[in-house]
Amino acid sequence: MPPQALEGNVMNQHVMPKSNLKLNRRAFVIGTAAAGAGLAIGLDLPFGGPKVVRAADGSPEVNVWVVIRPDNTTVIRVARSEMGQGTLTGLAQLVAEELECDWSKVVTEYPTPGQSVARKRAWGDFSTGGSRGIRSSHDYVRKGGATARVMLIQAAANEWKVPASECTAANSIITHTPSGRTTTYGKVVEAAARLEPPADVKLKDPKDWKIAGKAVKRLDTVDKTTGAMIYGADIKLPGMLNATIKDCPVFGGKLKSYDEAKIAGMKGVKKVVKVGDSAVAVVADTWWHAKTALDALPIVWDEGENAKVSSESIAKWLAEGLDNAQPAYIGNQNGDAKAAIASAVKKVEAVYNYPYQNHATMEPLNATALYTPDKCEVWCGTQNGEAAFAATIEASGLTAEKCEVHKLILGGGFGRRGMTDYVRQAVLIAKEMPGTPVKLLWSREEDMAQGKFHPVTQCKLTGAFDADNNLTALHVRLSGQSILYTVRPAALVNGMDTAAFQGLSPSGDAAIGYSVPNLLVEHSMRNPHVPPGFWRGVNVNHNAIYMECFMDELAHSVGQDPVEFRRKLMSKHPKHLAVLNAVAEKIGWGTPAPQGVYRGIAQVMGYGSYVAGAAEISVTEGSKIKVHRIVASTDPGYIVNPAQVERQIAGSFVYGLSALFYGGCTVKDGKIEQTNFDTYNSMRIAEMPKVECVMVPSGGFWGGVGEPTIGVAAPAVLNAYFAATGKRIRSVPLKDQNITFA
Amino acid sequence: MANLTINGKTINVDVEDDTPLLWAIRENVGLTGTKYGCGIAQCGACTVHIDGVAMRSCGVTVSEAVGKQITTIEGLASNGTLHKVQQAWIANDVPQCGYCQAGMIMAVAALLNEKPKPTDKDIDETITNICRCGTFQQVREAIHAAASA
Repeated sequence: MPPQALEGNVMNQHVMPKSNLKLNRRAFVIGTAAAGAGLAIGLDLPFGGPKVVRAADGSPEVNVWVVIRPDNTTVIRVARSEMGQGTLTGLAQLVAEELECDWSKVVTEYPTPGQSVARKRAWGDFSTGGSRGIRSSHDYVRKGGATARVMLIQAAANEWKVPASECTAANSIITHTPSGRTTTYGKVVEAAARLEPPADVKLKDPKDWKIAGKAVKRLDTVDKTTGAMIYGADIKLPGMLNATIKDCPVFGGKLKSYDEAKIAGMKGVKKVVKVGDSAVAVVADTWWHAKTALDALPIVWDEGENAKVSSESIAKWLAEGLDNAQPAYIGNQNGDAKAAIASAVKKVEAVYNYPYQNHATMEPLNATALYTPDKCEVWCGTQNGEAAFAATIEASGLTAEKCEVHKLILGGGFGRRGMTDYVRQAVLIAKEMPGTPVKLLWSREEDMAQGKFHPVTQCKLTGAFDADNNLTALHVRLSGQSILYTVRPAALVNGMDTAAFQGLSPSGDAAIGYSVPNLLVEHSMRNPHVPPGFWRGVNVNHNAIYMECFMDELAHSVGQDPVEFRRKLMSKHPKHLAVLNAVAEKIGWGTPAPQGVYRGIAQVMGYGSYVAGAAEISVTEGSKIKVHRIVASTDPGYIVNPAQVERQIAGSFVYGLSALFYGGCTVKDGKIEQTNFDTYNSMRIAEMPKVECVMVPSGGFWGGVGEPTIGVAAPAVLNAYFAATGKRIRSVPLKDQNITFA
Repeated sequence: MANLTINGKTINVDVEDDTPLLWAIRENVGLTGTKYGCGIAQCGACTVHIDGVAMRSCGVTVSEAVGKQITTIEGLASNGTLHKVQQAWIANDVPQCGYCQAGMIMAVAALLNEKPKPTDKDIDETITNICRCGTFQQVREAIHAAASA
């Protein structure tokens, strides 16, 4: 979408009540930052009015998911956000599969949150996190495609005066089988759009899929190779100004004062704006001028009590939570682990920890807002259009019908863009300059300072054996931060964060894969002042390291093979076991590795999917790791696009191993110490081997793929490091122990 | 004020001499394919060609770029035909979020100018762009595909 097209639409982006219509019926002409297309959608809403709802170009909606143009172009609406994970293409595949349309003529479009609210949440949940993009919407989007197909076929049958049961559809062509007559979706769509939708439709058996389940090419690639894709950071509106911001670097602190006079004469500066009670922004003609001025602006912070907090003080507090005498929430238990451990023949104990991590999306956070007392519009990349919409309403002080959010393709999300702090800031700044669009773009330094960090935790694990080296008890005691406590307190269950047990839960979509006669998994909740967030993989990341590295420790402590040791505990967990076995077989577990190469393995369940990973590494000088080979297996139930699933799995290793080797955000004087990619590094191509994927979709359930594999990335490498060196690493990141890539 | 030659056109930009080339390209010239990622020449999202050499444009000032041939992602195609690296990127479905990819493509195009058939070692030593999505496997495959195109 060229910027000019976007600018052209902007002038139409207003709610225009039609005076001749009933009060509850409105026509919207809303420019949308459609994925790749830059289309405007015009909605003539059918509250008691005509049935046909039309897109801006006049093409009718068959239903909310499907618009068909006369030339058979099929516009598929996608409510979830595209941030690289391929959901845009995957969801379109699912609709197209049931619709039986010509895949080569499919384009996609984002409905806006404002449109969805105005149409009673016609597009359902917009939230794109928790690996939910496909798994939480496959059913209704497939029904949307199937319903549209039935209506299109019925329209053709009506025209031909034949029973619909004698007609079939494929590739956007409808055929009356007995006579051989054909027509196209584009020709019958006007009539189809006037039909009542069928009450119920039957979905295809996935074994009959022709578009879904196939490695079709992504729909958003070309613009991403030519520089034409417009991300939030690239948007340009007529008369737009640019802003950048500094929030109090000590979380919970306040903005005390700033000396505006010092930057008064600086080139391009238009305004200095206090944002909330803790931040200050400079608005200028260009972003570079805004940043230069903000860097020169003397700011005094009221840092408050949190300025005394450091990584050391947090670690000390968390370590206290490992003491069994301290209160803790129980997330999973059977038998009596404490008693079994007390009377055990042999005990093994280890303490692990995992640090704060920053999402560090490649595109720094940004949002563009245009405020007038009658209307507030926001353009941004967001993982949750409805949350961004709610933030716009709240920050603007306007009602829902006076607000709108236009979603753009995200330059990375990883959970960070599910938060709306940057949207709120943009609206508050724009509110100080009514009528002038303002783009707020964070510097990378602000992104590093003001993250919503992967939470910090520690874990003490204790295993007990009988005289025959059978594992009789396992006690996993987590101590550390709850994300939900800060982000979604209403989701706590009697104070307990059930998500803290991801991968260790008794059942559900993140269930433990081992049966131990006496098991206790508990969480001593400790919430430092550093704001936590959902960071790709979330609590699976550290829980999988703790459990899978400790399983390796337990196996070695009794002289058993780590895979064989696990298998004995996994007989009641066949799906966990299947991916573990798939990885073990593919990497050649039990057969000799090449000279100087050592293997490690791990498995976990998260986001409804079963995953395992294994690594082959060599270590030189005890501290330089070369990862030669990675094998990964996943069972997500169904696979909608195997090429994209492979990319999510490989990408999970890059994200997970970047965090293991280079990550870790430390706290000093209440602030995050890392400031940019020089101090918070990320893996490069030289450090990353090919990832060999073994897909074992077993059907019958729908799991996510964007996140679960991250859990096995670090423990597979850490266990291989032990195999290579005999040394256990129980602390992340490796850079703090002077271990790096060879 | 400075005259910059970008994608074959000379453009007069009204900026201070010490403005990073990245911001002159994005804000004054209006070519937004070149991305801001870090501002300290670490991530490579802002990579452009300056006299044919891949450079991180956040670390080059406008005054340093005067009189040189600057090519951005928008100028990589010639006569309406995408560069072979772009074509290989499309054929191999390389981008995920895509934000780093313009810089990655510019770095690879410069590598192929220098070494038409790069080895994996050449790639490891030359392509140092950060990609948080982790597209490296497809990047490597697409480089080899472009080299044999």
